[in-house]
Amino acid sequence: MTLNQQPLLTVDNLSVVFSTDNGPATSVEGLSFELNANETLGVVGESGSGKSITSMAIMGLLPRTAAVTGSIRFRGEELLTKTDDQLRDLRGRRISMVFQDALAALNPVKSVGNQLMEAVRVHSSDRSRREMRARAIELLDIVGIPTPEQRVDQFPHEFSGGMRQRIMIAMSIANDPDVLIADEPTTALDVTVQAQVLDVLRRVQRRTNSALLIITHDLGVVAGLADRVLVMYSGKKVEEADVEDVFYRPSHPYTLDLLAAMPRLDGNSGDSRLYSIPGAPPDPTELPPGCRFAPRCRYAMLGTCDRTPVPEQFITDRHVAACLRIDEVAAVRQEASS
Amino acid sequence: MRAQSVAATTKTTRSFVGQWTLFRRRFLRHRLAVSGLVVLAMLVIACFGAPWIAPFQENHQDLITGSTGPSPVHWLGTDELGRDFLSQLLYAGRISMSVGLGVGVLSTIVGVLLGSLAGYFGGWVDELIMRLVDLFLVVPPIAILALLLQGFGSSSATIVLALSALGWTVIARVARSQVLSLREKEFVDAAIVLGASPLRVIVRHMIPNLAGVIAVNVSLAVAAAIITESTLSFLGFGVQPPDSSWGNMLSQAAGLLGTPQVHLLLYPGLLILITVLSVNFIGDGLRDALDPQTKR
Amino acid sequence: MSSTLEAIDVVKEYPVRSGLFRRRTGTVHALSGVSLEVPKGKTLGIVGESGCGKSTLGRSIVRLHDIDSGSIRLDGESVESASGQDLRSLRRRVQMVFQDPYASLNPRLTIGSALIEALEIHGLAAGRRSERAQELLEMVGLRPEFVQRYPHEFSGGQRQRIGIARALAVEPEVIVLDEPVSALDVSVQAGVLNQLKELQDLLGLTYVFIAHDLSVVRYLSDEVAVMYLGRIVETAPTGRLFAAPEHPYTKALLSAVPIPDPIVERSRERITLSGDVPSPLNPPSGCRFRTRCWKATERCATEIPLLRTMADGTRAACHHPESETQSPTDPTDSQRTEAGAQ
Repeated sequence: MTLNQQPLLTVDNLSVVFSTDNGPATSVEGLSFELNANETLGVVGESGSGKSITSMAIMGLLPRTAAVTGSIRFRGEELLTKTDDQLRDLRGRRISMVFQDALAALNPVKSVGNQLMEAVRVHSSDRSRREMRARAIELLDIVGIPTPEQRVDQFPHEFSGGMRQRIMIAMSIANDPDVLIADEPTTALDVTVQAQVLDVLRRVQRRTNSALLIITHDLGVVAGLADRVLVMYSGKKVEEADVEDVFYRPSHPYTLDLLAAMPRLDGNSGDSRLYSIPGAPPDPTELPPGCRFAPRCRYAMLGTCDRTPVPEQFITDRHVAACLRIDEVAAVRQEASS
Repeated sequence: MRAQSVAATTKTTRSFVGQWTLFRRRFLRHRLAVSGLVVLAMLVIACFGAPWIAPFQENHQDLITGSTGPSPVHWLGTDELGRDFLSQLLYAGRISMSVGLGVGVLSTIVGVLLGSLAGYFGGWVDELIMRLVDLFLVVPPIAILALLLQGFGSSSATIVLALSALGWTVIARVARSQVLSLREKEFVDAAIVLGASPLRVIVRHMIPNLAGVIAVNVSLAVAAAIITESTLSFLGFGVQPPDSSWGNMLSQAAGLLGTPQVHLLLYPGLLILITVLSVNFIGDGLRDALDPQTKR
Repeated sequence: MSSTLEAIDVVKEYPVRSGLFRRRTGTVHALSGVSLEVPKGKTLGIVGESGCGKSTLGRSIVRLHDIDSGSIRLDGESVESASGQDLRSLRRRVQMVFQDPYASLNPRLTIGSALIEALEIHGLAAGRRSERAQELLEMVGLRPEFVQRYPHEFSGGQRQRIGIARALAVEPEVIVLDEPVSALDVSVQAGVLNQLKELQDLLGLTYVFIAHDLSVVRYLSDEVAVMYLGRIVETAPTGRLFAAPEHPYTKALLSAVPIPDPIVERSRERITLSGDVPSPLNPPSGCRFRTRCWKATERCATEIPLLRTMADGTRAACHHPESETQSPTDPTDSQRTEAGAQ
């Protein structure tokens, strides 16, 4: 990796607003981040945090009713102003996506091999049928499907949930994309199968040197997979840092509380209570003027946090948190760990 | 901790709005439905208020005048017996609309009841009711109607009964499939676990959730019944003179084809169309307004 | 042990019919001889992946369906054969909290009417039912004024609390919690879990806590039963199960759960099971886990392992439990067990 290389993907001040019956609903507001080659960025958030909307904005898959502002650049090229045709050329070839629901994303009446070959053909039509078939088998092998020569002619329903998710991954890497976006790729899977699929993702990323953007609500998944982590709350970035910093030095109260609210397999069980964050995320049509988390925050200063938007503060040059109380949070964190 | 949990509940701080207010507000936002309601209300008032509103008494004849065109006295003119056509239309509307409403209500009650039973209990109850439905669906309805009405005479009451006998099967099927899907809902399981009897589960937990479907069905059934009654009357099986409905007025006016009075064909047809459309729009509006998922 | 709830060799099978004449073409083996015991005032966690039968077991306990053989007993009284008045009084003693906060409340009923209905059915709190409904809401940390609101006005976490209040209305002894927090976001989940804990302490409730999330189960349970394809493969006191699992499946399951701690998570020894859970239509002979197990031997294919009592109250159904295996032959390549998948 060269040092002065520009990032693969740059999201700059991205906002997505939907118009609803209840007025404009802000799904994403002022979101900025970068994704570099060979890097895995985990975007974590609860339902309604805007994490999936962000991935759809990058893929150009948002409905026309969504007002998208800001900038999304792939290798310096602006994506938001591209036509549908130009985007289609980019999608699948340079940027591709693994969806949560593999069964819905695969065509039930076409063999898996045909669907893989189609994915290859769309972007390189000069290959012969035999070459493409060989590529399909190779792809199935990469994602760890046993006896790919035989299974290549089977249909999606003949595969189990975990296997279908692998096929989705195979399709998404068919053209060696630079950026792979995985939106809750394991949410629908059982835990032992999830472990397999995460392994496959890890392996595939290493093999193809692509950048991986993984969107999930599960901090555990991020802990095992991501190099950097971006925490979203109610459409905004609340914290972004290297994975260790987010888990060991969380600086936004939301991140801190979220970690304290999670029951853990390895922590001390039973008698110690979980921290329960009061309240619920705000309605996207009635967002508070200040910090979105302020109404639920135990560090919030009335009159400040809840009044005006909170700027992002740098803790280190690779660690930002959108909070006015990072010093208090740090003090509390240190007290808790000592 | 308790205080915190209470704080956890302050998400919906907007003042509470009753289900009825919500329903009204949602319905009023549905423009077509509201216009349908206004038009239908005007028609209902005009027709059922005919004895007071209509310019002439029912069947008031003026044989001397005979058939005339529109005039300041007879806005729409008179027929060959010298009856004021506007007054006739209003009186006829009374019967057409009563038949429509009667059939809509009766067939829906029977259909929802039998359909829900079939869906809830399944097994032989379901088999029995659904085979009965099939039976009604395979026999050509016009043949049955003609037979029934010939046999029992065609008063408004028998027409309502005959049309309901044919109409309940549609809603029965819809109700059954809805109940089958409600049967899978966890709130129904919850009621069963609480010890609710089947009757309570059906009446309290299922039928209220069928309200949207029922509303649409009533509107469709009313509209269909008005049209079927008109068809029957047009064919001569329906309401018999001296009673008149829009259908038999249409049938009488059909004789005027090729005469200067041919415009008389237009009015009953137009009224049938307007009524049916209004009823359908109202049905759509009710369905949307009754959907508990819409929040405003 | 004063046992409140007991299941003895419970079997539940569903016929699979297909074709023109709806002929029986197969059988789903949902529960194949499940036995368990939950002492009064304790929580038994039941974990397993989809299709393991944990929900079927929960629904059998609350009598949402009948079982084919075996017995479920509440203080010695049989649940599976109760009918009429017995069933009604049973319904008062055993309640359930459901998974989906959006489907478990009737959208047409106010919260108050839903709670009052529960009281009406059993003739409780006559004359002061609305007051009682408000008390119930306060018990689960909601404001009493909410009685007049409708379900759609609440968030998922609040609805789940309402579901708990409804179960509490009939003052039950046992509550089956079927994935009560799996549909909730992490930030809301903890509040509901804490509430459940508090209520248990306050009212001496017995919980059967069904979940797929092992961390959540660990937080709430005194004892945990692990299910796989219709059978219990291991049951142990919570601390023991998580510290020293005996059954290979438990071990694999624990190692697959991601831990929100990058260093721990990246340095863990992980057992990645190959393949998926076989279909309950056609479960493997002998030990049902053998097709994915790295320890499987011929004996596992022929002989069904029974639950055996091991150290510290653990019972495991395995021919080769961890504590009896000399040198742990950990799976370096579990691909060889692929045969059974699919």
